[in-house]
Amino acid sequence: MATDAPPPEGGTDTNPAPTTAPDPATTAPGPATPGQARFLDVQESAEFGELRRTYRNFAFPLTVAFIAWYLLYVLLSNYAGAFMGTKLFGNINVALVLGLAQFASTFLIAWYYARHAATKLDPKAEAIKSRMETETDA
Amino acid sequence: MSHSPSTQSAGLVTTELTHELPTRLAAASDASEHRPLIITLFALFVVATLVITVWAGRQTKNASDFYAGGRQFTGFQNGLAVSGDYMSAASFLGIAGAIALFGYDGFLYSIGFLVAWLVALLLVAEPLRNSGRYTMGDVLAYRMRQRPVRTAAGASTIVVSIFYLLAQMAGAGVLVSLLLGITSDAGKIAIVALVGLLMIVYVTIGGMKGTTWVQMVKAVLLIAGTLLITFLILWKFNFNLSDLLGTAASNSGKGAAFLEPGLKYGVTETSKLDFLSLGIALVLGTAGLPHILIRFYTVPTAKAARKSVIWAIGIIGAFYLMTIVLGFGAAALLKPADIIASNKAGNTAAPLAALEIGGGADSTGGAILLAVISAVAFATILAVVAGLTLASSSSFAHDIYANVIRKGEATEQEEVRAARWATVAIGVVSIALGALARDLNVAGLVALAFAVAASANLPTLLYSLFWKRFTTQGALWSIYGGLASSVLLVLFSPVVSGKPTSMFPGVDFHFFPLENPGLISIPLGFLLGWLGTVLSKEAPDRGKYAELEVKSLTGTGAH
Repeated sequence: MATDAPPPEGGTDTNPAPTTAPDPATTAPGPATPGQARFLDVQESAEFGELRRTYRNFAFPLTVAFIAWYLLYVLLSNYAGAFMGTKLFGNINVALVLGLAQFASTFLIAWYYARHAATKLDPKAEAIKSRMETETDA
Repeated sequence: MSHSPSTQSAGLVTTELTHELPTRLAAASDASEHRPLIITLFALFVVATLVITVWAGRQTKNASDFYAGGRQFTGFQNGLAVSGDYMSAASFLGIAGAIALFGYDGFLYSIGFLVAWLVALLLVAEPLRNSGRYTMGDVLAYRMRQRPVRTAAGASTIVVSIFYLLAQMAGAGVLVSLLLGITSDAGKIAIVALVGLLMIVYVTIGGMKGTTWVQMVKAVLLIAGTLLITFLILWKFNFNLSDLLGTAASNSGKGAAFLEPGLKYGVTETSKLDFLSLGIALVLGTAGLPHILIRFYTVPTAKAARKSVIWAIGIIGAFYLMTIVLGFGAAALLKPADIIASNKAGNTAAPLAALEIGGGADSTGGAILLAVISAVAFATILAVVAGLTLASSSSFAHDIYANVIRKGEATEQEEVRAARWATVAIGVVSIALGALARDLNVAGLVALAFAVAASANLPTLLYSLFWKRFTTQGALWSIYGGLASSVLLVLFSPVVSGKPTSMFPGVDFHFFPLENPGLISIPLGFLLGWLGTVLSKEAPDRGKYAELEVKSLTGTGAH
């Protein structure tokens, strides 16, 4: 579903009518150039749709998640002082642990995305790219 | 800040006469003693970077060399350079100082700067690398009518970079004078002029190649210097973080509150809201900073761009983790009054902590560490201002001159010549403004740069890359709307007038209560991009979007 969703950060921008099917209203007037016709074909191909879905279904929800997690941390720091000040051991309190958890989650998400991209995205992207570039050479 | 020099010299006289409290010497107050060593290290850095610049300049032959360093850097090299471009003196000395004075809130501030990199990693770096050539405007204008969108992208790039640059230049004057113990106005102006002159030389001669190497060298120096001080501080506390925090808390006079959020941002309801606004701008702004975005063109592929961000996240994250030790270490080792006496904002807390951990003011160890940290701060300033100047002059030459004024008819040589002249012009203007602003509190300008990046650049970038209905009108509304709303809100905020800490404390025309406009301007930027699109009479260019989308995800035909 999310394949054609608007960027997730918007928050306030409501439903710019996402559709997966080619929308007549969005068709540019005039003929496409030959190069563009090829890009249009690829863009509508099942293979490219699969690449887009694999990318967006991973990146968009994860972006929403880490921004929400960061905002939760900021809001707790702002409005839940007593909870954040709870000492866990020695002078280490909840605030410090949650702050360090932001570092940990950032490192983890970076690693997770790199792995996803290398195993799931790169092979698909590479296949489309090399096909398009051989067609050009031919 | 303008009062601090007199405070320092008063401190110097008393301390030297009585010899009672040698450790109370502020860095600046006994700078005369350390000055030769500090100047030697400054000079070494300058000579080394000039050699690199001349070498890079010899290899800069075409536009791709000048704008993108020939696209031959590896992911790791670029990751270092990205870190060097990003970690300004504000994050090095500013965050350590904020922790030293306000404890936990200084640390809280640093986290947004790191988390922000995930936006760049997941949504921006790779598509940008695949579809653009030299500037952010390349991607924003890709599917749109060229001239209006290029103009808007150029305007936004130049505004973000110049605000950021101004804050760095004015900060450089204050900071370097403090480290060298210069109190005269002429001395401060000379330092601003020197910084400006060096950045003009780096960028005009070395282009992106030279700038990248300067940033890499700076990143290595910064990490090495910080690692050394962090290690020494931890050693002193037997590698027991809890002990270090406890000593810092009791020494600060604030007790447990020093280790909890609230001392800086939690004072009033307004300041809490202000911090929320700042946090959002930091997280969403980084991936819209033009001087960061153009770094992704210096590597050959999107995969290498991804690697750059991964390295940058590792390096920047490790660095902010060390500033925790640096900041709390300064709080544990120094008296709060001494930190404030040296610099009200705490900007000299890290150098002072280095002096102390090296054995105190009269020791050779202290003198060496102080000089090392001062040189690192100087290198930091130079690398960042060079990156900012390059971003704004590239955008002027490539977006405005070549594509708007010359309508795409300019030759490569003409474009690069325009970029070099733009560098000189921007350099001269920022020297003048930096010198004029030397006594104004311009720290708020960095937050403004992030707010514009998050309100104008990021919405337009994301819509361009991911929303097929997005139109020229939508792009113009989000860029100009985000840009104008952030600049106007800051103009009528306490950053500019109405408070003792304002840029112009003598006047009061503020009506917007927050120092950070992001809470309003970022949703507005996204909203306007959407509204401009749905109200648009012209249909989006489907063929162009197909080209952009396929290129951005697969790298087909990437430059």
